Amino acid sequence: MDSFINPYYIDIIVFLFIYIILGLGLNLITGYAGQVSLGHAAFYGIGAYTSAILTVKFGVNTWLAIFLAIVITFILSAILGLPSLRVSEDFLAITTLGLGLIIQSIFKNAEITGGAYGLDMIPAPSLFGLEIIDLSYLGLVLVMLLLAIFIMKRMTQSRIGRAWMTIHEDETVAQSMGINTTYYKVLAFAIGGAFAGAAGALFAHKVSYISADSFGFTLSATILSMVVLGGLGKIRGTILGVSLLYLLPELFRVFDIQLFDMKYLDLYKMMLYGMIMVLVMRYRPKGIFGNTSLKKRKKNRSSAKKKELRDGEIIA
Amino acid sequence: MRSLLKIEGITKIFGGLTAVNDVSLTANQGEIIGLIGPNGAGKTTFFNILTGIYKPNAGRILFEDQLISGMKPFQIANQGFSRTFQNIRLLKEKSVLENVQVGMFRKTKAGLWASILALSSVKKEEQETIRKSLEILSLVGLDGMDEEISGSLSYGNQRRVEIARALVSEPKLLLLDEPTAGMNAEEVEEMSALIRKINANGTTVILIEHNVAMVVDLCDRLAVLDHGVKIADANPDEVIANPAVIEAYIGKDQVEEVSSFVEN
Repeated sequence: MDSFINPYYIDIIVFLFIYIILGLGLNLITGYAGQVSLGHAAFYGIGAYTSAILTVKFGVNTWLAIFLAIVITFILSAILGLPSLRVSEDFLAITTLGLGLIIQSIFKNAEITGGAYGLDMIPAPSLFGLEIIDLSYLGLVLVMLLLAIFIMKRMTQSRIGRAWMTIHEDETVAQSMGINTTYYKVLAFAIGGAFAGAAGALFAHKVSYISADSFGFTLSATILSMVVLGGLGKIRGTILGVSLLYLLPELFRVFDIQLFDMKYLDLYKMMLYGMIMVLVMRYRPKGIFGNTSLKKRKKNRSSAKKKELRDGEIIA
Repeated sequence: MRSLLKIEGITKIFGGLTAVNDVSLTANQGEIIGLIGPNGAGKTTFFNILTGIYKPNAGRILFEDQLISGMKPFQIANQGFSRTFQNIRLLKEKSVLENVQVGMFRKTKAGLWASILALSSVKKEEQETIRKSLEILSLVGLDGMDEEISGSLSYGNQRRVEIARALVSEPKLLLLDEPTAGMNAEEVEEMSALIRKINANGTTVILIEHNVAMVVDLCDRLAVLDHGVKIADANPDEVIANPAVIEAYIGKDQVEEVSSFVEN
């Protein structure tokens, strides 16, 4: 079955899905709760290293390792978020940037992370004795992605989502409404971190070799630009933003148009990112799915709510 | 009458400026109290101390005989305080309904897991939030406007949304910071009627106002602040006849001029 599909295409989709999960976590922190994070890649790295260390060095079951990676990134994000979130806006951006660099240099220098050499021989997960690779790994990542989208949707449409939305717009108002702003900011940071942790663990078991270079500032900045491009505070914005910026450069490779020299693909990618960013910021400053059609959105949503309410009353 | 809020000698110093100086005030259950005074008298600072945004340098605040000074703003709000702001602070890009729903936060309790799993208790709570919000919107006279984007409403209606957001959690004490600022005579009249209606439902109201005619008509009691000091606290008719109050508003020289003019 696997032979029918070029494994290279499968890999592209797997990494795309992993990036979307990573982006969703950042969107929760930055788009919904309004806290800029320039160190998101660090939590991706923590997830990857946790799962890798547990499986390679301690022989923990892969599934359990992935689960523990998510839990540990959640806890570490909360611990690291607590002091960082005492500052806001530009200061928070600088603080998280620093945090990201510190964590990356720990990856590079600690003994347990394999230092600059990194960790290899990270096993793929297996189910009923079958190794999950290629197409089945795509299935695993797809399930995780759908779960992530589902959880995001439910959270952001709840009262907790409204608390984040209020904190994003005006912290004083949030406090006046009885919202414990510190708690909800740290909660967003921790959940966003856990999403990154899940993405990181999935990444580690896919590539089987990780090193500190994969979790640097460039990745944090790239993910942030993907999320902003699609539209902050929009789930489909993240899906589109990540897909667009991740897949477009791959198209060059797939169709191999002779126009470009493949050696410089990374450079072309950066040129393309820059161009897309400039165009989007010029014509849609709030992102592709930013609040442009407010009227339409509110009509649909409110009447749906009212209908739900009426139905509820009839049942009651 | 039962006292709801007891403020005892609060002082707030910003650098070298004493913005609020040893002010005491008691609000009884069911009263409407007007807080007036010239610009810069410390009225909004006083509100910010009450709601915990500023910590007072001295003094204490008791709410239902419980010490609340020193609590965080969200903890004070959870005691049953609601407020509006001098410069309207709505979520301007969100709908009117969404804004009012935010006000229900402290009355709801769905946790993270319950929300993700969308338990039936959560669904019920959400429905109740919407029902209550729509009900309050019709109380403040915004029937059928729940779908509007709050930033696109008229100034007067934005104030109403803010009041609805403050009221939806059924506060024991409602603090209104200049509810009629920038309104025309007709809108002021409507706002007075609305505050009376809110008060009739049992909510104690403290409002900061510049429109003296309105507060005299509306309030059970007036407190006057001048340069951070409380210079009068009595029923409205007594307060506006108080020479110290007139002096604070129009200056000493003018007082003499006016009184000599009146005498002649």
